[in-house]
Amino acid sequence: MTELLVGTKKGLFVLEGEPGRPFQITARAFAGEPVDYAVRDQRSGRLLATMTSPFYGPKIFYTDDPAGDWQQAEGVALPEGGDQALTRIWVITPGQADGVVYAGGDPGVLFESFDGGATWSVNQGLWSQPTRPKWQPGGGGLCLHSIAPWPGDPDRLTVAISAAGVWHSDDGGRSWRRANHGLTPRYLPDEVIEQLQLPEPPPDADVGLCVHHLERAPQRPERLFMQFHGGVYRSDDAGETWTEIGQGLPSDFGFPLAVDPADPDSAYVIPLVADMDRVTPEGRVRVFETRDAGASWSPRGQGLPDHDAYLTVLRQAFTGTGEGPGLELYFGSTTGQLFASPDAGETWSTVASLLPPVHALTAA
Amino acid sequence: MAVVSVRGPLRKLAGGPQHQVEGSTVIGVLRELERAHPGISGWIVDERGRIRRHINVYVNGERGAESTPVGRGDRVEVLPAITGG
Repeated sequence: MTELLVGTKKGLFVLEGEPGRPFQITARAFAGEPVDYAVRDQRSGRLLATMTSPFYGPKIFYTDDPAGDWQQAEGVALPEGGDQALTRIWVITPGQADGVVYAGGDPGVLFESFDGGATWSVNQGLWSQPTRPKWQPGGGGLCLHSIAPWPGDPDRLTVAISAAGVWHSDDGGRSWRRANHGLTPRYLPDEVIEQLQLPEPPPDADVGLCVHHLERAPQRPERLFMQFHGGVYRSDDAGETWTEIGQGLPSDFGFPLAVDPADPDSAYVIPLVADMDRVTPEGRVRVFETRDAGASWSPRGQGLPDHDAYLTVLRQAFTGTGEGPGLELYFGSTTGQLFASPDAGETWSTVASLLPPVHALTAA
Repeated sequence: MAVVSVRGPLRKLAGGPQHQVEGSTVIGVLRELERAHPGISGWIVDERGRIRRHINVYVNGERGAESTPVGRGDRVEVLPAITGG
């Protein structure tokens, strides 16, 4: 039985079912409120969800039973007395050390919890970066949306911010360094691109790098895959350098990205036409898969809408569970459809078709 | 003391719809409400000390702001704005 946690514009939906067969909605929480992310921490069984009320601001809640009472977590706020307020939490990611959970938010902030998500504090190492005043927000805000722990090593952590690029820590988040060399922001002037390509770019050269999503290959942790704002990239050295791998895709623009945990050469993307036309190309919904680390890409669309389908899939709305040939993949659209593959993308079916706009999706 | 009224989820967080609260300004009253009911912290006033964008505060039926004076017996109403989609 697979559990899907679906964050939507109108609340959290919990669906359960067997891959390849219909799923049932088993719970709904935060009715009417935007839920931007929800995840079950497999270590504790605890569910964590973030809800951003348009009236009352962003909060994190947790529970052991999604149909029961949710407790509001403490400390999900920026330092008081400053000139900024927390706008939204974009992602919640269990860490490697016992009880450690991370959350990323806007404005480019990383929160840490050491008690499984009940209380949180701002990671000061990233918050106090000298270049922070120059960080530029993307269209969705200055969102820290990707958090990639290093399997087996709680000190090593990589995060990505739209549009302040990739940041890496080797000391549990006390200090951070940029990890952006090789990224080419085609939407910025040539002068900026030239600066970024220097062996030692100026400190503020990469403040406008619009990373859309980042995933680590668990079996080879130094390998990262990235969907950029125009470009798909791979790094084989923990983000020190990046190589463009989007050749062969119908478009290298998109938001989400997923990997097969068993195969470090695997990645999945869902291309959209372009930044000025954020829908599936040619009216066809297709997932593209690489099994050779981006050297080639293959469409995976059997069972997905193949005509008159102009969908948008947001950066957190593509996920998987399991691995290898049994890898289950799921994605949701801003038009409320939810699609599932029980066989690593080979075949697909519709899990739900009338949900509110899907913001985020996790599976367990 | 002012009489502060809250609606929606704030009722549960504050333990009821109406509260007698000390304070000489709107922000002072709201801070005192937070002190008496910590669960409401962060829901009306953000980290900057500002009333959240989509919350309106009325004093005796007139729209107020953080610095609006509040006197003994004044009615302070905290209302979610008309917004959404």
